Amino acid sequence: MSALLQLDKATIRFGGLTAVSELDLQIGPSELVGLIGPNGAGKTTAFNLITGVYQPTAGEIIFDGQSTVGRNPYQITKRGIARTFQNIRLFPSLNVFDNVRAVFHLHLRGDVRHALWRGMGYHAEEKAIADRALELLEIFQLGKFRDEPAKSLSYGDQRRLEIVRALAAKPKLLLLDEPAAGMNATEKVELTRLIRFIKDKFQISILLVEHDMKLVMEICERIAVLDYGIKIAEGKPDEVRANPKVIAAYLGE
Amino acid sequence: MNFRHAKTFLLGALAASFLAALVASRINPYWLYIFYDIGISIVMAVSLNLINGYTGQFSLGHAGFMAVGAYTSAVITNQFGELNFFAANGIFAVALYAGGLAAALAGLLVGIPTLRLRGDYLAIVTLGFGEIIRVILQNMDKVGAARGLSVNHGWTNLFWTFGLAAVTIYVVASLVNSTYGRGFIAVHDDEVAAEAMGINTTKYKVTAFVIGAFFAGIAGGLYAHSKQFLTPGGFGFMQSITFVVMVILGGMGNTVGVILAAILLTLLPEGLRMLSGIEHLPGFTAERPLGWIGDTRMIIYSLLLIVLMLTRPQGLFSFRRKRN
Repeated sequence: MSALLQLDKATIRFGGLTAVSELDLQIGPSELVGLIGPNGAGKTTAFNLITGVYQPTAGEIIFDGQSTVGRNPYQITKRGIARTFQNIRLFPSLNVFDNVRAVFHLHLRGDVRHALWRGMGYHAEEKAIADRALELLEIFQLGKFRDEPAKSLSYGDQRRLEIVRALAAKPKLLLLDEPAAGMNATEKVELTRLIRFIKDKFQISILLVEHDMKLVMEICERIAVLDYGIKIAEGKPDEVRANPKVIAAYLGE
Repeated sequence: MNFRHAKTFLLGALAASFLAALVASRINPYWLYIFYDIGISIVMAVSLNLINGYTGQFSLGHAGFMAVGAYTSAVITNQFGELNFFAANGIFAVALYAGGLAAALAGLLVGIPTLRLRGDYLAIVTLGFGEIIRVILQNMDKVGAARGLSVNHGWTNLFWTFGLAAVTIYVVASLVNSTYGRGFIAVHDDEVAAEAMGINTTKYKVTAFVIGAFFAGIAGGLYAHSKQFLTPGGFGFMQSITFVVMVILGGMGNTVGVILAAILLTLLPEGLRMLSGIEHLPGFTAERPLGWIGDTRMIIYSLLLIVLMLTRPQGLFSFRRKRN
């Protein structure tokens, strides 16, 4: 099975600090992988390497058969990697509906002229986009909020809306950056169900960066553990849980 | 905001400005020129709103683009002598378009290197650009340098000013109400998130800048052929500030509000001037009881702006909930 995303000794240094060192990681099609580690282990940096926010100092990142090194984040998103943010980053002056619709320009056939001329093709395309956006919102029970400003939603709903927005980009790989941060126990149960649902319904791969061990252990098929930028363990949840290196990293020796 | 009948609006507005131009000879010339100023202000403010309001880039150089368009179109039309109605309007259309293109080119040249900057830095660079344009014009002997340039033809009329104001409104409103154009607002809201959602933020910013500059250039052409005299000093920093104030007062990213603010802020100094002219009322012939209003009208204008900003920072005509 060829991997959808493959990190090959990906390394990034900031001055003297090596934030991520020779990270090897593979994610297959429709696989749900967790990336965990203590605070400052380099999880979010690894995320930013994959999405193109940072460029690796050394090593290679291959997505869907092509290198993503040297590409801008928007180009990588076009290729099929969409993400959410640790601290929710919706578009606050757009309403719920438009937050989702804004992403569809990725798959637009027309450009500025199209939007200015407003011919038949334009209206048909806008209609198709509106339908698809509403359908996505309905799947995640957000349809009733379509005209609300994104900021007025509850925390859990904003999280869900951010995921819907990422799915609107039709990704092959969805990156979730600490989706459970700031959630209470009930919301976490809800989130667990949601992530499983996305994987089954959309048949996409998911990389999950998370602090909450319980949540990660429960849903991930495979887990990689980072500590000080180095991958110290990888395997099935039970193997990782029992790994002495992981216990040491989390609890101290 | 819904924008279904965009083309109907555009055609209606064009027809209305054409009819207005037909009856223009019956309008008092003083008012006629104020109407021209209003139309030009609308073009300037609405196009600046695309850059400053919707896309969230702070440009302080809009008068610079206006200057490029004004001088370009004036140099073109000055090549021609007296022309019949059709030739005159044809040449004028070409000259306005050329002025817009020249300004758009200037916008592209300034935009590409500077739009990587954010906030205050971008404001300073665009301010510098506006000043450079002014200084270049001041030293170009071909266009009269500091003495100014007379424009031979007064071809600006109600059709051109309000017709082009309608076109500007149509372009900006249809852009921001399309899937393509929602990218501008996304860039304004959160550049990092916009980039992560596949939006080429640099391209969007440059596009907004070039479109904004294009219409500022067209407004410059209208201005040149209404005043019929151009001086580099007329396109200074203060002029740019006036348009920025219109955008802020109307409510950033609110086209209707910005149009109202452009009308209000063009009329306000004139209105204050008129108030002070009441000395001719019977019984007041000797003294000028309201003369102080005329003498201090720019101070009153500034004070009003301060009061408005303190009481309605979200914009005078913005009735939506305050953002964030």
